[in-house]
Amino acid sequence: MGGPSRGGNAVLVAGTYLTVLAVLVLPVLLVMVEALRAGLGAAWRSLLDPDALSAIRLTLEVTLVAVIVNAFGGVMAAWLVTKYRFRGRAALVALIELPISVSPVIAGLVWLLLFGRQGWWGDWLDRHHIQIAFATPGILLATLFVTFPYVARTLMPLMEQQGREAEEAAFLLGAGFWRTLWRVTLPDARWALLSGILLTTARAIGEFGAVSVVSGHIPGLTETMPLHIETLYNGYQTVAAFAMAALLALIAMATVLLRSFLEHDFRKASS
Amino acid sequence: MSVQIQSLTRHAPNASRKMLDDVSLTIEDGAFVALVGPSGAGKTTLLRTIAGLDGPYEGTVLVDGRTLAGRPMRERRIGFVFQNYALFRHMTVARNIAFGLDVLPRRERPDRRAIAGRVAELLELIQLPMLGDAYPDQLSGGQRQRVALARALATKPGLLLLDEPFGALDPIVRRQIRRWLRGLHDQLGLTTVLVTHDHDEALEVADRLVVMQNGRIVQDAPAEMLDTAPATPFVMEFLGEALAFQGRVVQGSFLPDDANVLRFPVAATDGPATAYLRPHEIRLVAEGSGQATVFGGWLGAMRRLEVALGKRTVEILVLPEQIHHAGIEGVSLDITRARLFRDGALLVWKGG
Repeated sequence: MGGPSRGGNAVLVAGTYLTVLAVLVLPVLLVMVEALRAGLGAAWRSLLDPDALSAIRLTLEVTLVAVIVNAFGGVMAAWLVTKYRFRGRAALVALIELPISVSPVIAGLVWLLLFGRQGWWGDWLDRHHIQIAFATPGILLATLFVTFPYVARTLMPLMEQQGREAEEAAFLLGAGFWRTLWRVTLPDARWALLSGILLTTARAIGEFGAVSVVSGHIPGLTETMPLHIETLYNGYQTVAAFAMAALLALIAMATVLLRSFLEHDFRKASS
Repeated sequence: MSVQIQSLTRHAPNASRKMLDDVSLTIEDGAFVALVGPSGAGKTTLLRTIAGLDGPYEGTVLVDGRTLAGRPMRERRIGFVFQNYALFRHMTVARNIAFGLDVLPRRERPDRRAIAGRVAELLELIQLPMLGDAYPDQLSGGQRQRVALARALATKPGLLLLDEPFGALDPIVRRQIRRWLRGLHDQLGLTTVLVTHDHDEALEVADRLVVMQNGRIVQDAPAEMLDTAPATPFVMEFLGEALAFQGRVVQGSFLPDDANVLRFPVAATDGPATAYLRPHEIRLVAEGSGQATVFGGWLGAMRRLEVALGKRTVEILVLPEQIHHAGIEGVSLDITRARLFRDGALLVWKGG
């Protein structure tokens, strides 16, 4: 770097830090401040409210299932599009990314259209007393859809780079599909997989749009943490709303930090 | 283990191009066969098809008289070594070697101690007894090569398939490893198929060479016969430097088009023909008006000569005695040892 550009660099760096501070750090800090306005005790008590506990439990349940299902589905999808060449592969890759580009609200609406009372399968579901829309299965489906790409997307570049030779070698040595996946492909991709799982977790916990459409906002029943925050806030329960928001932010930040920590570790290990 | 291939044809994915075009090949039990040819000739495709990798094909491939389809891998007894070794990066050398045994169904899997014993035995065999706990990233190219070989041998295959196994190694290591491999082949009684683009390597290590070009087998012959009787000019040129002389066969003699190249008797019908021979097979004769110039250094015991024939200049290799004998002014070339080709096929080979 030459002399004249050094001043410009400093300005650029300072500007970046200021932007990050204003856009990313400040909101989280404000949430914390608001949550603790009436003291730690009040914030804590608001989290022990039955509806709040139910929201936390529902969120954790949905997240757990979404992570398990999408970790499996993501591994399979990434494996399929990177280790095999077939007709329509490019279209499948684009399809995997669809949930990222489509607005979550639309994702929610699609599920309503399919499973809602007026939806395509509404009558059939009604007759068999299966409740999907405005119930936990609907929330789960919406979350599954929105968080599907993350594991697949983090694995794909790595698996592409791995090539197929290791799998072929394993196959020729007598290993079947599952064994090859479990003993050869995934151990080599474990950091990427973990990173994708954490990303999925963060996204699943925080998902609002798609879940909001299908949930029906029934406090204590179909409200996840983000939805419950909205309900509390609209009911002028500011401290409770921000306490819940702070909890959500803390969980999300912990996952993201864990992920960047792992990624850093992974780079060191692979270099 | 033997391999029989009949009329094997494979198409490139999503293209009409044939990667293998009506290939038939028999490999006897205990043979060491090299598949040679330029890149894109179909050597690796053929090897992978024998191994049972990749998709559908037309024709039949029999290993020990049976098709591979439907036979579990461990019954096929095929060992495969990849060009880039394809070692499992996250496993130690010992675990890599043991992999084929580790994945056996419980009933057939040897116990831990037996597996460890086999691994130790193989590490000894590949002369790396201390490296069992190392990871592939910590090994040199030659060491990885040998580990890949040990991994392929762990399950005691009868058929060993090697895809350009020496490609990434430096020349000295290469020479050592291929001798060692040949020894291993003889010692273990394997049937070995080696893919290489290096004809010297193939000639040194294999009993039989299968020369491929554009998805077809051009010639399948013992190493020594390829040089004495190449089936096509391509084989002749692929196996080493070759000089071509256009000409005609007229009443039992080959008449070269070039000035200062001597005619020689041949047993062939009249018509156009091309004579091919190695630069060292040409002799210098003290007659005619060719102009020779010595240039460059020594090539073994031979010297490189540039001979101006009239319309063109050719490079030949001769022993120094010949230069003394024939001189370098007013010379002709004696190409009696040439192989004669007509329409891309060997016509007659004279000499010895």
